Amino acid sequence: MSKSVAITGMGIISAIGNNVAENYESLINGKKGITRVDNIETIQRDEIMVGEVKFTNDELIAQLNLPQNNNYSRTAMLGVIAAKEAFKNAGITDIKNYKTGIVSGTSVGGMDMTEKYYYEYLTEEAPQKYIESHHAGDSTQKIAEQLGIEESLVTTISTACSSAANAIMLGARLIKSGKLDRVLVGGADCLSKFTINGFKTLMILSDTFNTPFDENRKGLNLGEAAAFLVLESDEVVKSENKKVLAYVKGYGNANDAFHQTASSENGDGATLAMEKALKVANLKPSEIDYINAHGTATGNNDLSEGRAILRIFGDDLPEFSSTKAFTGHTLAAAGAIEAVYSVLALQHNMIFPNLNFKTPMKEFSMVPQTELKKKELKNVLSNSLGFGGNCSTVIFSKEA
Amino acid sequence: MKKVFINSIASISPQKTFDNSIFLDEIIDYNDTVISAQDPDYKQYIPPAAARRMAKGIKMGVVASKIAMDEAGIETVDAIITGTGMGCMIDSEKFVSAIIDNDEQYLTPTSFIQSTHNTVAGQIALGMECKAYNFTYVHSAISFESALLDAKMQLENNEAQNILVGGVEELGEHTTKVHRVINHIKPEAVTISEVLNSKTEGAVFSEGANFFVVSNEKRESCYAELMAVETFNTLQKEKVSEIIENFLKENNIKIEDIDIVVLGNNGDVDFDDFYDQLSNGIFSKTQQVFYKHLVGENNTVSAFGVWLASKILKTQTIPEIVKLNELNSSEIKIVLCYNQYRGQNHSLVLVKKC
Repeated sequence: MSKSVAITGMGIISAIGNNVAENYESLINGKKGITRVDNIETIQRDEIMVGEVKFTNDELIAQLNLPQNNNYSRTAMLGVIAAKEAFKNAGITDIKNYKTGIVSGTSVGGMDMTEKYYYEYLTEEAPQKYIESHHAGDSTQKIAEQLGIEESLVTTISTACSSAANAIMLGARLIKSGKLDRVLVGGADCLSKFTINGFKTLMILSDTFNTPFDENRKGLNLGEAAAFLVLESDEVVKSENKKVLAYVKGYGNANDAFHQTASSENGDGATLAMEKALKVANLKPSEIDYINAHGTATGNNDLSEGRAILRIFGDDLPEFSSTKAFTGHTLAAAGAIEAVYSVLALQHNMIFPNLNFKTPMKEFSMVPQTELKKKELKNVLSNSLGFGGNCSTVIFSKEA
Repeated sequence: MKKVFINSIASISPQKTFDNSIFLDEIIDYNDTVISAQDPDYKQYIPPAAARRMAKGIKMGVVASKIAMDEAGIETVDAIITGTGMGCMIDSEKFVSAIIDNDEQYLTPTSFIQSTHNTVAGQIALGMECKAYNFTYVHSAISFESALLDAKMQLENNEAQNILVGGVEELGEHTTKVHRVINHIKPEAVTISEVLNSKTEGAVFSEGANFFVVSNEKRESCYAELMAVETFNTLQKEKVSEIIENFLKENNIKIEDIDIVVLGNNGDVDFDDFYDQLSNGIFSKTQQVFYKHLVGENNTVSAFGVWLASKILKTQTIPEIVKLNELNSSEIKIVLCYNQYRGQNHSLVLVKKC
């Protein structure tokens, strides 16, 4: 049994950078990655903005040195890039030293290939290799293969936009219970016509840069990304003399049980998730120094989440911001992307700005942090909320 | 650490298993390559208007969860955890084909909304107005076991007292066609008595929902104690016996202590060796049962294996139709379930009489 859950490595690829260092540079320089979509042919191109990783699939294949007959979905390739960086960052050389597993989150999975070859699968032989990469667990299997993780606990969570946050949560519990000594946690999702059109029909896509927590917000920008963190037990940290980046201090999951796609007006689920996470962390709301909000910039999310935050923090509201204006909403990966940003915030004592904000919402007087701010940070709270009423909160701390 | 009990079960499968008062008394003999779940009377559980909007997987999941909750005699739970390897196929197919057929125009959101993997868990929560922990695992053949493991950890640590856990899978027409093309589905129809000896590639594809209430207090309705759950992303064929022996050792159990082993044979000539080597090896002196000839193959059908183990432990009877060998054990105390799919995603679930 491990008392604490240490983060000893992280890796990321997103619209604002191909590794942790590049993401940090963009965050502190206010450089957003929102553009028109280039890698997907869609008739929605001129109506939406996205947070896209600009490498083509062929470029990703070359980077990863995959054989030409590989059947990697884009989700899997993004995932492998981030996972490898996280392992390298954690200084893991011998995978067999400790019981090592993977918990990943995805919602798109291999849908990018399925929608490309949907009917061709029945008649053309060449694309049929991708049939087996459709299911959501495939990208996780591929990551395990690339890292050499065998005969182990490797699983995948899909709870829409809270998937990666839940993967971190399960990973933390696997370490605490002693089931694993070390676990790679995070998530990956690529852009697809499926999600672009899905969110389009829900009429929650902005045709311009997304503006979290702004009165005149017009909706979200979809994004693609992958991020992973290495979690290790006290024992591994001690015996390997590991440098700890931060700790997973608390976590909470609840269901809004209100509507399949919309959040309740008062954010019941999000309130419960934050309460539970604070309880697990044994922290008071006043001990949270910065909130990395889910803040998708949809009318519904920002109001519901904002109210939930006010219910927990009241007048004691610390600085908060949503980093979705940088990356877009990366769906299942979002919880992991923002976990990496939360750890970076702790490491550098830096609060990242909520870009594009102009006008406070009329329902309350909450104003996000709009400028980069240096502040001594001890505990950062990160929210992830999703379809199906899924609400998750993870708290990251400097101290165990 | 607290003990974990399976306090209720529910199964919707290609056999009439939704009535807990009977135990495979009447068998439907199929002669096919794809078999659908037998429908319970959905309107007994879901208002017709709501049912019309639900794809079959959602209906099966919602109803199986209600049967399990009723049998456990509880109104709500501290967590809802589901597993589904393929997710909501029907709505996913609807939305993808609409995108392609209409060139991204004239789309409506309903099928997109219901296509996400967590739709079933979300709908169960909505129906119960349950704001508790809600997770969905989507890792191929170990989706259900991941859910079960998550539940077990929470119950052992007393983070929860009652958890609804289940696996659900629905057949999608296009996905079935596509899997036929790559020979994951049997080339010719087989009857249930022929499946294991079919000597052909692929499996008989199917669908279903198996749900359980697991708790850290034993209730009157108790079926079994859940001793251990373990999953493995990969395992070489030659390593399976050794891994099982290690697993049993960790749980202080010897091979001789296993009264019944529940095997996941599906008649795929390329992969049944994983089971046959055990039947003829470490479990040659153990009574063996199987079930996929009755309910087919899908990503969470291993939950039916746990259903079968639970039912055998509670009733202390074994229907003839599931017996794989001639051995008999007098009192059935410990049952081990082993499953894998296409050589990957192996799982071991150990249960004992409660």
